[in-house]
Amino acid sequence: MRLSRLSRTVLGVVTALILVVVYVPLFVVLVNSFSTSTSLNWPPPGFTLEWWGKAFQSEGALEAVGTSVGIALVATAVSLVLGTLISLALQRFEFFGREAISLLVILPIALPGIITGIALNNFFRTIMGVPLSIWTVVIAHATFCIVTVFNNVIARLRRLGTSFEEASADLGAGIWTTFRLVTFPQLRSALLAGGLLAFALSFDEIIVTTFTAGSGVTTLPIFILNNMFRPAQAPIVSVIAVVLVVVSIIPIYIAQRLSGAEERRR
Amino acid sequence: MTEAQPAIRLTGLTKEFGAVTAVDHVDLEIAAGEFFSMLGPSGSGKTTVLRLIAGFEQPTDGTIELFGEEVTKRAPFDRDVNTVFQDYALFPHMSVLDNVAYGLRVRGLGKKERNERARRALASVRLEQMADRKPSQLSGGQRQRVALARATVVEPKVLLLDEPLGALDLKLREQMQVELKQIQRELGITFIFVTHDQEEALTLSDRIAVFNAGRIEQLGTPAELYERPVSRFVADFVGTSNLFGPEHSLALLEREGHHSVRPEKMTVSTAGQSGEGVRNAAGTVVEAIYLGSGVRLVVDLDAGPRVSVLEQNVRGRARDDEHGDRVVVSWHDDDVVAVDGAAVGPQNPTPTAAVGSVFPGISG
Repeated sequence: MRLSRLSRTVLGVVTALILVVVYVPLFVVLVNSFSTSTSLNWPPPGFTLEWWGKAFQSEGALEAVGTSVGIALVATAVSLVLGTLISLALQRFEFFGREAISLLVILPIALPGIITGIALNNFFRTIMGVPLSIWTVVIAHATFCIVTVFNNVIARLRRLGTSFEEASADLGAGIWTTFRLVTFPQLRSALLAGGLLAFALSFDEIIVTTFTAGSGVTTLPIFILNNMFRPAQAPIVSVIAVVLVVVSIIPIYIAQRLSGAEERRR
Repeated sequence: MTEAQPAIRLTGLTKEFGAVTAVDHVDLEIAAGEFFSMLGPSGSGKTTVLRLIAGFEQPTDGTIELFGEEVTKRAPFDRDVNTVFQDYALFPHMSVLDNVAYGLRVRGLGKKERNERARRALASVRLEQMADRKPSQLSGGQRQRVALARATVVEPKVLLLDEPLGALDLKLREQMQVELKQIQRELGITFIFVTHDQEEALTLSDRIAVFNAGRIEQLGTPAELYERPVSRFVADFVGTSNLFGPEHSLALLEREGHHSVRPEKMTVSTAGQSGEGVRNAAGTVVEAIYLGSGVRLVVDLDAGPRVSVLEQNVRGRARDDEHGDRVVVSWHDDDVVAVDGAAVGPQNPTPTAAVGSVFPGISG
């Protein structure tokens, strides 16, 4: 498709503007993490590595990182198992209510976090009588992390079709052997992509976490929120933010590379 | 059919998909060691019959027996039949050798033995040097042969082939036809071959079942099907036919009902021919199509129908007919075949291989 010089220029400027709006604030955070001002004044009066040193020694911050990684790992593991199972059920079998279940599985990612948060908070405390803890957070995160795994896996299953599985059965393999030797190896990259997205989703989740975390459970986003406006803590928060950005970019980048490589291979 | 136990026996086999009856009370016996083809347009039910035999679909009604043993309810992995799929379905994440060895692997054979047998199977299709490649690195014809090796290495009693040559170009297809026939003779197992290509079916098969609208329209040897088609559908689908409706039959053949005459049984001359049983009909040439080995003439007979005549390009053939030439078409009464006139067309209105459809005027 060919565009006129004018429309190319206009579109280029608009694109540049949008990217500036998105990425300049991130850049400001990066600069602030080296600023000598404790209240994030702009422009920074001077530069120092003090906060980076302090951040890596701050017990609260390190503990929060550990909590977040732990929750994200368990939530992702749960989603991988459940998401794969539900995708197989919905894509490979026909049963009553299949369409409805398919919708119900995807819904949590569209629901406002605050609704999920209130609903689960209520459910855990008043109906189930379970005290809020780190595990209630894991369960809450898994409800929407399943969706990313589900979406990736079901798309892959749809594209694979059933002929490989039929060929495997035809050659004498039972259902479990077929899954282990034929289906699973072809799902691996979809599982990795879905899992990475699930991990990233869980890692920076704050709304649902606020409602479902027991006292004493401080995830990294909660830690940041709590310390953001405390004097002398703001630059440390900037440091953490920069680390978070880097940590979230990596899995997204890998996930994209993976699906891109898959596309090219086919 | 003198074998004690047929390789396959289908009794009242029926498969409905919702309101559509894909397979409609099919009864069929296929002898051990036979090269059997199921021929029909797409949507005629031939592939569904194959999938029912393989066990990928469960019949709505009827039974399937394999060497006298009923297997109707058994899972695909519990049946001694193997399939060569239309799209080959080679596992993309495994090497060619692992693909071929797969059936042996899931049967619990040790790595050494299964690789040895897989290599032998690959050698039999002349692909031993490709063992370590991935399927995506092979050409269409090579993939086809790998699929064949993978299905035969487990020594099935019956091999099912679902349009296995459909994706290959013409030269390769002809070459693979010869190879298939050879492999079948060497292994001595029953081949059930699904195709919509009538020429392929005629070339390869011991017997052919022509499918139409979920039923077997005619069952017989290639020669029987070609020389004595029982219905208009078979006459038109297997090869090209000049079909005469009741009106034209009465006028030109002095017979009741529908009839068919093959184009190559007709000749064209300026004066007509004489002799016992020879009939002549005058007409005008509409089209002369040069085919290399012959010429196909389309002639509008004065008595009504449009016929197609195939003239061999033999030495001494001097005439060069052109559009508008007046000619006499001749044929012998013995070459006229009475066919069932029931207007059963294929369910799918687009014929996939019917050469006869080039002349829609004669099938009405």
